[in-house]
Amino acid sequence: MATFSLEINKKTHTVDADADTPLLWVLRDQIDLVGTKFGCGVGMCGACTVHLDGTAMRSCLLPVSQAEGKQITTIEGLSEDGSHPVQEAWKEIDVPQCGYCQSGQIMTASAFLDQNSNPSNTEIRDAMHGNICRCASYNSIEKAVKVAAEKIR
Amino acid sequence: MNLSNNQKQSFSRRSFLKTSALASGGMLISFNLFTACKSDIKPPVDISQLNFNDFNAFIKISDEGKVTIFSPNPEIGQGVKTSMPMLIAEELDVSWEDVYVEQGKLDTKNYTRQVAGGSQSVRFGWEPLRQTGATAKQMLINAAAAKWGVSASECTASQGVITNSQGEKLGYGDVVKEAALLEVPEEVKLKDPKDFTIIGKNISNVDIDKIITGKPLFGLDYKAEGMVYASVLRPPVFGQVLESFDDTETRAVGGVVDVVKFGNKIAVLAVNTWTAMKGKKALKAEWKQDSKPESTALHDAELFKILNGNKFDTRRKDGNVKKAFAEADKVLERVYESPFLPHNCMEPMNFYADVTSEKIHLVGPIQTPAGTAGRVANLLERDEKDVLLEMTRMGGGFGRRLYGDFVLEAAEISSLAKKPVKVVFSREDDMTAGTYRPAIKYKIAASIKDKKVTGYHLKEACINDNMYGLIPHFFPAGAVENYQVDTANYKSNITTGAWRAPYTNFLASAEQSFFDELAEVLEVDRVQLHLDLLENVKNNPEPNVEYSPERLQGVLKKVVDKSNWGKTEADVYQGLAVYYCHNTHVAEVADIVMENGNPVVKKVTCVVDCGIVVNPLGALNQIKGGIIDGIGHALYGELTFQDGKPQSNNFNTYQLIRMGQTPPEVDVHFIENNLAPTGLGEPTLPPIGGAVANAIYKATGKRLTKQPYLSNMDVEKVIG
Ligand code: FES
Ligand code: FES
Repeated sequence: MATFSLEINKKTHTVDADADTPLLWVLRDQIDLVGTKFGCGVGMCGACTVHLDGTAMRSCLLPVSQAEGKQITTIEGLSEDGSHPVQEAWKEIDVPQCGYCQSGQIMTASAFLDQNSNPSNTEIRDAMHGNICRCASYNSIEKAVKVAAEKIR
Repeated sequence: MNLSNNQKQSFSRRSFLKTSALASGGMLISFNLFTACKSDIKPPVDISQLNFNDFNAFIKISDEGKVTIFSPNPEIGQGVKTSMPMLIAEELDVSWEDVYVEQGKLDTKNYTRQVAGGSQSVRFGWEPLRQTGATAKQMLINAAAAKWGVSASECTASQGVITNSQGEKLGYGDVVKEAALLEVPEEVKLKDPKDFTIIGKNISNVDIDKIITGKPLFGLDYKAEGMVYASVLRPPVFGQVLESFDDTETRAVGGVVDVVKFGNKIAVLAVNTWTAMKGKKALKAEWKQDSKPESTALHDAELFKILNGNKFDTRRKDGNVKKAFAEADKVLERVYESPFLPHNCMEPMNFYADVTSEKIHLVGPIQTPAGTAGRVANLLERDEKDVLLEMTRMGGGFGRRLYGDFVLEAAEISSLAKKPVKVVFSREDDMTAGTYRPAIKYKIAASIKDKKVTGYHLKEACINDNMYGLIPHFFPAGAVENYQVDTANYKSNITTGAWRAPYTNFLASAEQSFFDELAEVLEVDRVQLHLDLLENVKNNPEPNVEYSPERLQGVLKKVVDKSNWGKTEADVYQGLAVYYCHNTHVAEVADIVMENGNPVVKKVTCVVDCGIVVNPLGALNQIKGGIIDGIGHALYGELTFQDGKPQSNNFNTYQLIRMGQTPPEVDVHFIENNLAPTGLGEPTLPPIGGAVANAIYKATGKRLTKQPYLSNMDVEKVIG
C-alpha cells in the first residue's frame, strides 16, 4: 500500500492504494467518480476511457502509480454542466440506450475531436472502434461525433 | 384493435386508482402499474378483468402544477422509462417540460407482477396508463368547475390549464387540493389520436443528462455505508462441485476482510473491487466433476441425433404432412444450426444486499424484482415482507437479468458475512457463469407439388428448453395446408435461458433463408412467394395464427419499394426477410458488398408496423439497435465448450460487433396507422440474420446455414 497524489478534474486527491491498482477502481471505489465504467478490465471495450494529459486512455489497464503527475479528466470533469460540445451532440441525437457505455464513448470522441475536428467517416470509425456498445447504438454515436465536430469547428 | 372502439370502453376506476391530498401541498394519484400492464392478458385488453388492488405507481401534482411520475419500471435500455410516462402525460394534458420521472422505491409486497422484457411494456400499458392520465385530468376539471360553480362539461383542459366558457383559467396546481378530495369519475374519454401532443413526438431519454455527465445510475455505481465488495469464485467447469479450498494467500492480501464459502462457491470480501478480485485470484480450490463435462462436439452430435430420430413433441399439426411429402414432386430439406450465445450486458452482473435480522435490503439491476425477492426470502427462510428491493438503471438486459442468481448470491453472502455486500462479476465471471441462449438446430422441409408448396415440416432440436412459445402459430402456419412443428431437447448441465427475442432469435434466420431457397427451387420471385403464401392465410377460414397476413404483406410491399429491391448497383447484393414476432410486423432488406472475400453490410432498409409510434426517437434507437445487434450475432457470435469449459471469457476472445462493422445506414420506415402500439425492443433482431444470409448467397452462391456465418464461410476470424 502506498499513497498517491492524483490530479483529477483539476482537483488534487490523495489516495492509499496498492501500486498495481488500476486507476479505474481508484476512481470508482475510492474517489466516488463512478461515471468511468467497468466493462472488461482487459482494454477491449472502452467503457473505462478517461483522458490522461488530454489523450484517451483505458483506465482499467493503467496502474494508479503511472497516473501520478498527469492531468486526469473523467466524464464528470469533461465540462462543468454537461455543456461540452460532445455531450451536447449526444443529447441532441439522443444517443444512449441503456447508457452504460456512453461515458466511455464520449471520452473517446472528445479526445479524438481535440486532435481532429474535421474527421472523415473512416477516421471516425477508426477512432471509435475500441468502444463497444452492446446496445448497438453505433449509428447514433457516429452521427453524434459528426454533430460534435461541427460544433467544435 | 381500433382506437375508436377503445374510447367507448369503460371500467370502474374506483378500484383502479386512488387520490389523496398531500400534507406538503399537492395531490397524489396512486395506481398499480404492473397489474394494469399485466402481460398475460392478450389484447384487446379486457380491463374489467384486471384487479387493481395495490398501488405501486404514483403521480404527484404539486401546487405549482409540476407533475412527478414515480415509475417503478426498470429501464434496461428499451426506453420504457420515457415512453410509459409519455402515455400518462398525454392524457393528463400537461406539457412534457413540466413532467419529471423518478424511479420509485419498491416495496415488493405490492408487486405482484413486474417484469421488464418481451417488448411488451408499452403494449400493455397503452390503455391503463392513458386511462390514469385522463382520470386525473377529469378530476382536476371537476374541481375547477366546482370552484367556478359551472358544469364540468363547460370546461376544457390543456397544457396544465383549465379554461371555462367565460375564458377564465385555473392552473392544475390551483385546484389540486380540491381535486384530491373528489370522487374518482366512473368514465373518462380518451383523446382522439389526431389530438395527441406528446405521443408521436421525439422525446429524449429521461435520464440523458445524468448519463452524459456520468452520474451514479447503475447497479455498479450504488454504494452504501459500511459496504464491502465481493468477488466470487464459481466452478470453472459446468458440472463441477467444490471439494476443498485453501484461502491462506487470499487472506494475506491487504484489504481482504473475509472469505465465505457458500454452496459450491467462495466469496472474497474486500474493501474495494480490485482487492476482492485479486483475493479471488489467490484462492486455491479443488473441484470434483459431478456430472459429465460437455463439449460443443457432443452437443452437435446429440442435436443431430434428435433431428434424425423420431422422438418429438408435436406443437401444431394441420392436415397430414406425411402424406403431402409422400405425394410431392419435390422436397426441399435443410438443416440450420446456431451456437450458444452469452448475453454480455455491458454492465457486468452485480447486486447489493444487506441482510440483517430486521430486514433484507437489496439494490441493483434486475428484470424480475418480484420473483427474485420471493426466491431470496425462500433461500434465507424469511418472510417476504422483510424484503425491500430497489431497482437501479440497468446496463443492458437482453434477458440475462431475468435470472436473479447474482441477487441470491449477494443475499447469501451478506447473510453469512453479516455485512452489507456488493457482488461484482468480472467480465470473465459474467461470460463463463452465464445463462446462455442455448444451441439450436432446425430441420425444415417443404413439399412441392404442381409448383405449389403443399407441406411444411419444422423440427427443432435444442439444448435444455425448447423455443416453442408462440412459434407454432407464426408464419407459415395457416399458409400451408399440411403443416407441422415438432420439438425435442437434450438436457445439459450448462445453464441456459432467454436471450433477446427468445424463441425466434435464430428461428427467423433459419426460416427466412429457407424461404429464399424455396423460391429458387419453385422458380418464383421471392417476394411473390411470400405474398402468395400470405394470400393463402387470408383465404383460410380458420388460419389460427398470431400474425396478421395483411400487415405482413404491408411491410413486405413497402420494403420492396423503399429498398430499391432488385435495382441496386453492380457489386451490391440484396437479401430479404419478412417476419412477425413480439406482436410487431417487420420487413428488412440487407445490402452487402464483398470486400476481400468478406461480406460487409452497407445498408439495411427496414419497414416496421408497430401500430402507433409512441416515441419515434426511442423507437428508432430500438429498431436500429436490434438490427445491428442481430447482424453482429449472426456474423460473429459464438460460445463453444470444451470439457465443460466455455472457450471465450472476455472481449479479447469473443467478438461483439463494433462501429467499423456496422452498416453506416439503417433506413427505417413505419407503417402509419392508428392501431395500439406493439413492442420494439426485440422484433427487428430475428429476421436480419436471414436477410444477410440471403444477400451473401447472391454475392457468393453459397447458402449459409450455420451461425456465426463468418466462421462458416472460410474467412479469417479476427477478434477486435
Ligand atoms: S473496462 Fe477498460 S477497456 Fe473495457
Ligand atoms: S448504450 Fe447500452 S451499451 Fe451502449
